[in-house]
Amino acid sequence: MTSIPIERIRNFAIIAHIDHGKSTLADRLIPSPGALTAREMTSQVLDNMELEKERGITIKAQTVRLLYPAKDGLTYQLNLMDTPGHVDFAYEVSRSLAACEGSLLVVDASQGVEAQTLANVYQAIDANHEIVPVLNKIDLPAAEPERVKQQIEDVIGLDASDAVMISAKTGLNIEGVLEALVTRLPPPKGELNAPLKALLVDSWYDAYLGVVILVRIKDGKLKKGMKIRMMSLGSTHFVDQVGVFSPKMTVVDELLPGEIGYITAAIKTVADCNVGDTITEDRNPAAEALPGFKPSIPVVWCGLYPVDADDFEKLRESLGKLRLNDASFHYEAETSAALGFGYRCGFLGLLHLEIIQERLSREFDLDLIATAPSVVYRIHRNNGDVEELHNPSDMPDPSQIDHMEEPWIKATIMVPDDYLGAVLTLCNDRRGRQMDLTYVGNRAMAVYALPLNEVVFDFYDRLKSVSRGYASFDYVMDRYEESDLVRISILVNGDPVDALSFVAHKSAAEARGRSICMKLKDLIPKQLFKIAIQAAIGGRVIARETIGALSKDVTAKCYGGDISRKRKLLDKQKEGKKRMRQFGKVEIPQSAFLAALKMDN
Amino acid sequence: MTEPLALYIHWPFCLSKCPYCDFNSHVRERIDHARFAAALRTELAFEAARIGPRPLGSIFFGGGTPSLMEPQLVADLIADATRLFAPVADIEITLEANPTSVEIGKLTAFRAAGVNRLSLGVQSLDAAALQSLGRQHDVAEARRALELARAIFPRLSFDLIYARPDQTLSAWRAELTQALALAADHLSLYQLTIEPGTPFEARHRRGEILLPADDLAVRLYEATAEEAAKFGLQRYEISNYAKPGAESRHNLAYWRYADYLGIGAGAHQRLVLDAARFAESRHRAPEPWAALVEQHGHGTAHREKIEPADAAREMLLMGLRLNEGIDAARFAQRTGVPLDDALDQTMLRAAIEEGYLERDATHLRATAQGQIRLDALLGAVVK
Repeated sequence: MTSIPIERIRNFAIIAHIDHGKSTLADRLIPSPGALTAREMTSQVLDNMELEKERGITIKAQTVRLLYPAKDGLTYQLNLMDTPGHVDFAYEVSRSLAACEGSLLVVDASQGVEAQTLANVYQAIDANHEIVPVLNKIDLPAAEPERVKQQIEDVIGLDASDAVMISAKTGLNIEGVLEALVTRLPPPKGELNAPLKALLVDSWYDAYLGVVILVRIKDGKLKKGMKIRMMSLGSTHFVDQVGVFSPKMTVVDELLPGEIGYITAAIKTVADCNVGDTITEDRNPAAEALPGFKPSIPVVWCGLYPVDADDFEKLRESLGKLRLNDASFHYEAETSAALGFGYRCGFLGLLHLEIIQERLSREFDLDLIATAPSVVYRIHRNNGDVEELHNPSDMPDPSQIDHMEEPWIKATIMVPDDYLGAVLTLCNDRRGRQMDLTYVGNRAMAVYALPLNEVVFDFYDRLKSVSRGYASFDYVMDRYEESDLVRISILVNGDPVDALSFVAHKSAAEARGRSICMKLKDLIPKQLFKIAIQAAIGGRVIARETIGALSKDVTAKCYGGDISRKRKLLDKQKEGKKRMRQFGKVEIPQSAFLAALKMDN
Repeated sequence: MTEPLALYIHWPFCLSKCPYCDFNSHVRERIDHARFAAALRTELAFEAARIGPRPLGSIFFGGGTPSLMEPQLVADLIADATRLFAPVADIEITLEANPTSVEIGKLTAFRAAGVNRLSLGVQSLDAAALQSLGRQHDVAEARRALELARAIFPRLSFDLIYARPDQTLSAWRAELTQALALAADHLSLYQLTIEPGTPFEARHRRGEILLPADDLAVRLYEATAEEAAKFGLQRYEISNYAKPGAESRHNLAYWRYADYLGIGAGAHQRLVLDAARFAESRHRAPEPWAALVEQHGHGTAHREKIEPADAAREMLLMGLRLNEGIDAARFAQRTGVPLDDALDQTMLRAAIEEGYLERDATHLRATAQGQIRLDALLGAVVK
């Protein structure tokens, strides 16, 4: 590959709401310079994880280098950075954006701007990007390009008069996008002769190569054999391979300022490669790291337990393997009286949680129970100690607590007028504070401060249901605030079920306690003994349900020919108990916990 | 002293198949009586030779419909059994019969053959119920059969099925009272059970048969014991009622987990031989069973060694059906497992506390409240 001067490099990201055509556009951009053979051209080449394809979301940052012969007669190197599209990966997004100088803002011309688009576009603006609006799907009869242009100006404050009008699906005006990249985006800046400074954009584990690191060179050059140093960790590695994605992995001699590419360096785990870290040369290090590095911090925690206790070892191994590829998720062993041995796991958000859970079941064939997600509370003890609470059952006695804080988010919700009332009611019910409410055409945009705790509960499902699926939602972590929080314990015949305890705001405690008791009453089959289900705050019972003893369960006829069959039935009954958890004399099927933990109705 | 053996003899044929029944019964246009007679006698002789002399406490002819047997065969089998084993002085010999006129005509002959206890499959004294249960007899025939049987046999039992679809508490009380007036010393009163693979099951699945809800079933069950007691019949097993001393000795052998021999197609037996316990059963289909007997002297198709832990579970699930409960000393002796080792002690204590089980110096027994929940109770307390 011939070297292209830095003035002819354009690094760009694509910002879009799910389904607005980001992947389709990316696929269009790639084949035009003839990078992939037909066989390699499976749809949506950039989203290469099975799960990413299925959900239409990007989990890992991906990149591809294209060489584009522009109308000015010169060939440009275009580096497309595909960013994770979801707020859970907001920090990863910010690092991907930091690797680029501009963004394409892709908006569906028939749908308009959505909440997710907004959050990402603001991040791009924060990253000083030059933003090129692109209206996609203009071939659809429902397309309203003029209205959507106006909306982009009104809502985002971007001049959309020069928006590129395309149809990624039919290939209409893809050329216009490529030209806009060349003419409207600035080239990167960088100093070839300065010490190496490369941004670690992302990393993942490859079974053959070990950890592959995606980098953007800011200053200096990166070559095979170089001894590099991770500036946050201080660890050093020898570079084995340097390359670019075209989109196949292609080895190059070196990466120069402004370029995006990958390196491998015999690194065993991605935990050694923090996103946002600065890579420098060990022998000739940069004086200071690139700004903006943050270690990833899980904001949502839940317990993961194998349904079959015998799978614990497999769960341990599987979590280890996942962690090889995803350093942002955390896990530590924990034991629950109700669920046995498992792990308390921390995630960047609810989607991240769902993805990990799904990968565990799909890639590792594990049948898991997840406890209700909990946010990280801050506990200020009477003695002045401050600690973080990841698991509601670890909450100290209230008498030892001076006060507690909970995380709040800033949520942006876009919703058609017709459903606005219901959405506002929902936000208010969840202790939300309205920060902003604006109308754009027949759509409203509400900005709310909400406690994250209320969102992990069943907010998504409720929002979907009250807006019939029309509301879009996005959030950013905001701050911690002091709050009147209590732990609600669920007791079965007087024994607390640790897996079901949760922390809630005092105002919601009683209703939520009652709802879980009622739910359990429906879920737990009648048994030999009557079962009392209680919700309690400390020693005070706030809700109670009783499941009566079953009244009849007997075989009418049992003679000499029936003994073997009856004994085998009894053995089966015993086998079934492996899936039960014993509380004194009461056995609760694990399926009841599972269903109770799924808080959606 | 060796406990007496119980001998079960199975006649696998019926005139028609009842839609609720899942027993091993077969309908044939013609039956080769000579062949099955020979096969039954051969298998009995084979087993007697195999297990050696033992006291014999009871013989039970079951089915199918054993009253369809020729009385001569019944006589021959009784003679064989009492010659091959050592019958106790008051040996109980029961034969099951249906109250159809054909079978009733043979009652005197069965008595002459040595049968001293008759068990009649009356099932109901309600005409519509008899029809929906697919029975071949009507109410008048049932009454006639009962009167006749009382005159001929020293001991008489009959079966009724209750907790039928749409049956009310008062209707059952009335029907049962009529039945008790006709009863001698024993009744088997079963709540209708939907058995897998029967026509009733298919209809139940389609919602055409609705069984009484549990609460009503419980009230029906309790009313049954109340009414029976008025006539001096006490419940001694979950579905069996008798005047004191008139309990079915043969069936008690099953519930007490004694050794029993089973002859005929599909018959089961459980025997301790050379200090090991085996559960064996015969080929279920009549003709292949007979062919096996003709070839090998026996028609055994399955044989399973019962380990002490399994024996303990079996003795618990049978013994707790009886009001008398389980004798702990005999339990340890029969199974090789001390009673307490077979029970989950935490659950045992809870079940006693709840009033489901009772324990005294010698016995563990299920109370009425425990019996009606016995399947769940076993699941909880049996290790």
